Amino acid sequence: MYKVQARPRRRIACAALSVLALMGCSPASILAPEGPVTAANRTILLNALTIMLAIVIPTIIATIAFAWWFRAGNPRAKYRPDFVYSGRIEMIVWSIPILVILFLGGVIWVGSHDLDPRRPIPSAMPPLEVQVVSLDWKWLFIYPREGIATVNMLVLPVGRPVHFRLTSGSVMNTFFIPRLGSMIYTMNRMETELNLRADRPAIMYGQSAHFSGDGFSDMNFGVRSVPVGEFNGWVSGTRGKGAVLDSRGYADLARQSLDVPARAYGAVQPRLFEAIVTQKLKPAPGPEQGRGGDPHVSHDPPERK
Amino acid sequence: MMLGKLDWSAIPFDEPIPLVAAAIVLVGLLGVLGWVTSKRYWPYLWHEWITSVDHKRIGIMYIMLALLMLIRGFVDAIMMRTQQSMAVGGAQGYLNPDHYDQIFSAHGTIMIFFGAMPFVIGLMNFVLPLQLGVRDVAFPTLNSVSFWLTAAGALLVNVSLVIGEFARTGWLPYAPLSETTYSPGVGVDYYLWAIQISGVGTLMSGINLVTTILKMRAPGMSYLRMPMFCWTSLGSNMLIVAAFPILTATLAMLTLDRYMGFHFFTNEAGGNMMMFVNLIWAWGHPEVYILILPAFGIFSEVFSTFSGKPLFGYRSMVAATLFIVVVSFLVWLHHFFTMGAGADVNAAFGIATSVIAVGTGVKIYNWLFTMYGGRVRFPTPMLWSLAFMITFVIGGMTGVLLAVPPADFMLHNSMFLVAHFHNVIIGGVVFGAFAGYTFWFPKAFGFQLDEKWGHIAFWPSLIGFVLTFGALYVVGLDGMTRRLQHIEVDEWVPWLHVALVGVGFMMLGVAAQVVQLVVSIRDRERLKDVTGDPWDGRSLEWSTSSPPPFFNFAVLPQVHGEEAYWGIKQRAIEEQRLGPEPEYEAIEMPRNSPTGIITAFFATLIGFALIWHIWWLAAVGFIGAYATFVVFAWREEEEFDVPAEEVARVDRARRAARQSWLAERGETPA
Amino acid sequence: MSSSPAHPAELSASHNPRDPYALGRGHGGHGAAATGHGEGGPASKRVIVSYGFWIYLLSDIVMFSAFFAAYAVLAGETAGGPRGRDIFGLGRVAIETMLLLLSSFTCGLGSIAAEKKDMRATQLWLLVTGLLGFAFLVIEVQEFAELIEQGAGPQRSAFLSSFFALVGLHGLHVGVGLLWLGTMMAQIAVKGFKPNIRRRLLCFNLFWHALDIIWVGVFSIVYLLGSGL
Repeated sequence: MYKVQARPRRRIACAALSVLALMGCSPASILAPEGPVTAANRTILLNALTIMLAIVIPTIIATIAFAWWFRAGNPRAKYRPDFVYSGRIEMIVWSIPILVILFLGGVIWVGSHDLDPRRPIPSAMPPLEVQVVSLDWKWLFIYPREGIATVNMLVLPVGRPVHFRLTSGSVMNTFFIPRLGSMIYTMNRMETELNLRADRPAIMYGQSAHFSGDGFSDMNFGVRSVPVGEFNGWVSGTRGKGAVLDSRGYADLARQSLDVPARAYGAVQPRLFEAIVTQKLKPAPGPEQGRGGDPHVSHDPPERK
Repeated sequence: MMLGKLDWSAIPFDEPIPLVAAAIVLVGLLGVLGWVTSKRYWPYLWHEWITSVDHKRIGIMYIMLALLMLIRGFVDAIMMRTQQSMAVGGAQGYLNPDHYDQIFSAHGTIMIFFGAMPFVIGLMNFVLPLQLGVRDVAFPTLNSVSFWLTAAGALLVNVSLVIGEFARTGWLPYAPLSETTYSPGVGVDYYLWAIQISGVGTLMSGINLVTTILKMRAPGMSYLRMPMFCWTSLGSNMLIVAAFPILTATLAMLTLDRYMGFHFFTNEAGGNMMMFVNLIWAWGHPEVYILILPAFGIFSEVFSTFSGKPLFGYRSMVAATLFIVVVSFLVWLHHFFTMGAGADVNAAFGIATSVIAVGTGVKIYNWLFTMYGGRVRFPTPMLWSLAFMITFVIGGMTGVLLAVPPADFMLHNSMFLVAHFHNVIIGGVVFGAFAGYTFWFPKAFGFQLDEKWGHIAFWPSLIGFVLTFGALYVVGLDGMTRRLQHIEVDEWVPWLHVALVGVGFMMLGVAAQVVQLVVSIRDRERLKDVTGDPWDGRSLEWSTSSPPPFFNFAVLPQVHGEEAYWGIKQRAIEEQRLGPEPEYEAIEMPRNSPTGIITAFFATLIGFALIWHIWWLAAVGFIGAYATFVVFAWREEEEFDVPAEEVARVDRARRAARQSWLAERGETPA
Repeated sequence: MSSSPAHPAELSASHNPRDPYALGRGHGGHGAAATGHGEGGPASKRVIVSYGFWIYLLSDIVMFSAFFAAYAVLAGETAGGPRGRDIFGLGRVAIETMLLLLSSFTCGLGSIAAEKKDMRATQLWLLVTGLLGFAFLVIEVQEFAELIEQGAGPQRSAFLSSFFALVGLHGLHVGVGLLWLGTMMAQIAVKGFKPNIRRRLLCFNLFWHALDIIWVGVFSIVYLLGSGL
């Protein structure tokens, strides 16, 4: 479904995985970035990993070596039952982890600030605004300036920063495009922010990374990053065609449904996102009834479109 | 409506799996009951176990419950791994989302609350008074109530298999998914009442054990003479006392939302779901250390015993333990870096989280140096402990990785996270519990577990563990999120198959553990622990016989230094004789009481009634619980005397066994 | 320590550090001198029971803290409904506070009387304590009923949810305390001042005073601050 063409650069990028796997990375791999945010996050991840491996590996080796050398049957090992305290060793024992954590603390502090999801990505171009609404169980993407919206598909221009504003029409979810960058929660009555950028044309896998109910596994969406010209063409090709997303259309969309195919709306009622965040449009109603008590219990899965 | 919401639609006639499972359990249960009845074991069970307030019996019952629930949770795990391996390439597997969601929720709930918790609490219950050199815990009857309430919670979770449904929200019911709007069934209610009832038991157990450790120790046993396990248990129980009330409060708020239309965490009327997440993790993170600290204590005992050395850097270990206790309350936010808190907040909590690793790192090195200069033996407990050391540093490392916010932005809720916490909980808590189980089994039952089968159980468990969670680490880096009922990315599939193979190995390990138990019971004469000190132990539990008399010690031991028993034993070996026979006195012991099981009976009634809105039954339950309480408070005799002659008789037998061991040892000087 | 010839009983006394199985001081549960800090063995029952109860109280206070925290988070979330100053009547709360503080005082008097084993005075003061607590509860229930009647029930807003839950939790504690008190009065009447009953009375005192302390928190954080908002 989300096949990615393997290219030399990317093949190097996911070397860590490939060596282990002898196979390509998935379209969702966090080790194969398509944008600066995943790249930077990955760098920090690998740096922190390297720092820690520098003490973890010797510790593992020492564990095995000590246990083996001091085995009861080894006549060459000296039995020292009184070796129970050594100020020097105590100092080393405390200072190694403290030094590592001091070092890592610096990485954490700098990294958290540099990669704060709210921090705009510097660029000459103004960011593309995208509003994200998680619903049961699909994603709604509104392009407010372009006046269009999509469900379960996201088209982004290459090289232009994207500023996401996110909320939820029902329960909590997490918006996550692994190859593009950080994930962030979506919550009803609340708004979160995220800044990402795609650097290359690609087809990527987007998903919800927080369990949201029975249709959760279908809450993935295709992400296409396309050259700016193609993006503009897509926008003008979409605008004005097909259905209009207004309050009533939103109410229909907000009802629970599974495995929703990608679609686009040619027009969007203005300030729809704000209406959802401020609850002028009510949060989604949820299911009819679960098991237990109600005589009209339905065990059929919700409507599958 | 006599039965509230309960009617025939609650039974899942359309789902064969739970029905068949329930039928098997029911048949097994009836078989056991029939066997007990036909053998006329009921009086024995009632007097010696069910109503027992002996900390050793209660500890053993806790562990039996834990082992049963570990198997139940493991079956869930097998189903999850199988489902994720099958439901690929457009297939839906054999579990529909409704069922699959219940299974992973039940898996987490059961493993943490009814597997891991009872296991460590059971070990603490059994070992602490013995190590402290006293005869029981501070509140013996309360201890029995705690156990039976935990069992009541476990019962409710398992009843949900056939009557109604279990939660479909994950092991922590994040709002608003867990609110009535989005989860109208009884699943979340089962979760809430099961956890509340067992949570009360856990809290009381924490209070009990803190009081025991702080106020009941053998004469001469100052704080810095306590064995390490007592220290880590103290830390763990202090965390229980400080953290479990937060869980109770949080779940009570969710209960009010669900039952009475309150708005703590709802979308509507100003509720705040982020508060749920904060509160639940303010409990949840300390909970991790509640589980792991006793395991750290077990490893300390095991490394020291089987290296033939005292624990290296004892005071450092105490400091590291207390450090972990304090810091564990300052890190909860790392469970939701991705919720949009500011960079300063994320960074502060990230650093606080990695700081905990300092305490753990110190412990690792001290265990390492405990082996240095030792004479290391490798019986089963030591194998589990070494496997822990090697795998836990990896789990700790991935934990610190997840504490780096930018890394967590990519890995939060991924299979990498799943692999991480299984890495530390299985590699830490479960390996620790197994080490403790084999280590103290001879103390509990008077015979050792078969070593050959112990080794056979160990290796496939370790291999399976590494395979399963190694694969999940990789697939997490490959972007896979947790809790997927079916998989739409083909590249993930091979890894899920590797994980399934790993589960197969773990099944072999589980089977071998069962065989080990059966073989050991069969060969109990061969495996008999005559002296009460099968491992050449160092702390006071090894100074009494195996199994210990119900009063533990004929006279309370006088402690003169660290490693109380080691000193006693070395002197005895030196002088080729035991100390002079003490003057025996009558001992006062607490009487047995059915209060625990009766309270739990009414608590189960209350829980079941509230789940199904059968209000009259809940009222009956409350009145019954109150009546039980009054009857208990009214009883005249709380204790009985063990006559001095009886104490003398029991202790002389122990001394004779020790004396002959000394004599044998003297003939072949070591 | 003694240099006189060893008597068998003395051999086993705790003075000889070389004797592995020396007797401790007593068998636990009796020695009033034992602190439980490791010098003299297990502490006395009175110490253990009150110590354990203190720890329970601490855990209870942690639970209240969670509800206080929830109230602090949700206090502004009125969802268009009434705010604190619209519904809180400070006069009523002042009476409630008076009743509760007074009941704590009479509870203390009751325990003094119990120390003296004065049955009539003990029962009298405990009865007064119970009546004061009951009066407190009646006023609180009345307040709740009025609020619900005005449409300011806990379902109205998150603010009211957290208010009802916090104040209600305290009220629930008072109610349970009354049940406990009544049961214990009956027990004292039937059984007299046995050691275990006196220990329970001690625990009840701790419990009742703790409820007072929590009420002071409720009073100042919810009502005083709330009526200013």
